[in-house]
Amino acid sequence: MTDLAYIDLALTAARPQALGALLRYFRDLDTAEEAFQEACLRAIRTWPDKGPPRDPAAWLIFVGRNSGVDQIRKRAKNEPLPEEAAFSDLSDAEEDIADRLDNAHYRDDILRLLFICCHPDLPNTQQIALALRIVSGLTVQQIARAFLVSDSAMEQRITRAKGRVAKAGVAFETPDVHERAERLKTVAAMIYLVFNEGYSAGITNPDSVAFCDEAIRLSRLLLRIFPAEPEIMGLTALMLLQHSRAAARLDEAGQIVLLENQDRGLWNRRLIDEALAMLDKAIRHRLPGPYQVQAAISALHARAGRPDDTDWGEITLLYELLEKLAPSPVVTLNRAVALSKLKGAEAALCLIEPLSDKLDGYFYYHGVRGGLLMQAGRNAEARSAFDRAITLANSPAECAHIRLQLDRLGASRG
Amino acid sequence: MLYAILCYAHEETVFAWSKDEEAAVMDRLMKVQEPLAQAGKLGPVGRLMPTTAATTVRKGKDEALVLDGPFAETKEVLLGFYTAEFDSLDEAVAFSKELSAVNPGSSSYEIRPFYVFHHNEIKAAESGSS
Repeated sequence: MTDLAYIDLALTAARPQALGALLRYFRDLDTAEEAFQEACLRAIRTWPDKGPPRDPAAWLIFVGRNSGVDQIRKRAKNEPLPEEAAFSDLSDAEEDIADRLDNAHYRDDILRLLFICCHPDLPNTQQIALALRIVSGLTVQQIARAFLVSDSAMEQRITRAKGRVAKAGVAFETPDVHERAERLKTVAAMIYLVFNEGYSAGITNPDSVAFCDEAIRLSRLLLRIFPAEPEIMGLTALMLLQHSRAAARLDEAGQIVLLENQDRGLWNRRLIDEALAMLDKAIRHRLPGPYQVQAAISALHARAGRPDDTDWGEITLLYELLEKLAPSPVVTLNRAVALSKLKGAEAALCLIEPLSDKLDGYFYYHGVRGGLLMQAGRNAEARSAFDRAITLANSPAECAHIRLQLDRLGASRG
Repeated sequence: MLYAILCYAHEETVFAWSKDEEAAVMDRLMKVQEPLAQAGKLGPVGRLMPTTAATTVRKGKDEALVLDGPFAETKEVLLGFYTAEFDSLDEAVAFSKELSAVNPGSSSYEIRPFYVFHHNEIKAAESGSS
């Protein structure tokens, strides 16, 4: 790894903390971003000679704050910038920078930075784009490629989202316990959105798979500053488990491989082990929440060496718990799939029939229903469910998967 | 003499490595270890999972406290380590509590799951213990 590549990684890693602190100082996102940018340029100039500082984030905050203040003065008085020499004692000062900066603010700084990306007026895609640009520091081009839009369209989208955020105003006071918990919940949902965007778009567009890694990074970051939050542990575990199957989810032709047909040797054991450790920690808190339960379900799949070893009884119970914690027709649909493994297709069909109104526009509903009908030998009904699913498919891979089912139906008739 | 060599690094930077960068680093590290492993002098080698997977057992007034996250105090220093296989975190915590109970100092135990890179066994163990 070259020096510059290493510096680049260090800058990316320090970004949320440094930018979050600068936002608190300047109370303006643009000023904070400019100041951070300037600090990064100085880092690239000085670190290769002097070596990276012990605490890169503290260094960037210190330098960014000085340069931001200078910019503001310059604009106000139209005075020339101070010479580079004004910063020359930086390396000597660096030792105590960390002490002089107020460490206690850090976690709220990072949380605030994440929170402003979750403004309720912003549609999901804009929240995702904003978080990846501001917090993760991905380039506009990277984000545009993942969303399959032009750079200029993405640039516009992000600028518009930033405008909304600026207009909305952000609370800069230190949040109280209740407010902090609310922010944490909102931010967790946003991180999961980022992950899901990568997870679903990744089927057809490899550029968006990076979103999954990014979401896991953000989640670990959140857990480092809020180490005792079982739901954040649950979220991290859930994403690690889903991501562990990335190499097995699609076959060579890009077709979806269902969980039960995946080559479990391709699952990433390292991610699974980390997730299981995380879930163990979460469960000790005895405060179950939706992310923990979903992670626990996913973990039961990960623990089964073969599909036949899957503990469907436990999974059904967990889905029942999830229905209580976070009721939704989609959860019931998933419980039906688990139930079909225990009690057969007809029992599962009874459970999902009442959902037909709510889930009529949902691809998976018709896909699952078709599959269950096919198992139950009700082929004509299965065919019309699959036909409906095809019209709702979100990607060519989903479409192809349903076609395969229809082919099987055709074969069984002949 | 047996030595433990502990690796300290910037966690967020290390976890930001791309797959290629990671592979390149591991490859270089492997080359350094190879002669030692071939001589039967290298013990198990592993990498600790992220600190977010850590749990700390700290001596309390009556019973040891179980805290989420890595050991974060600066006054104590690393004085020893155990590696063991447990079926659950609960088991690891129970074991650490037992250690803490019989250890008179203000000891803390950081529980960190880790990935084993190599299960090497040190063949010259006899000379190592003297």
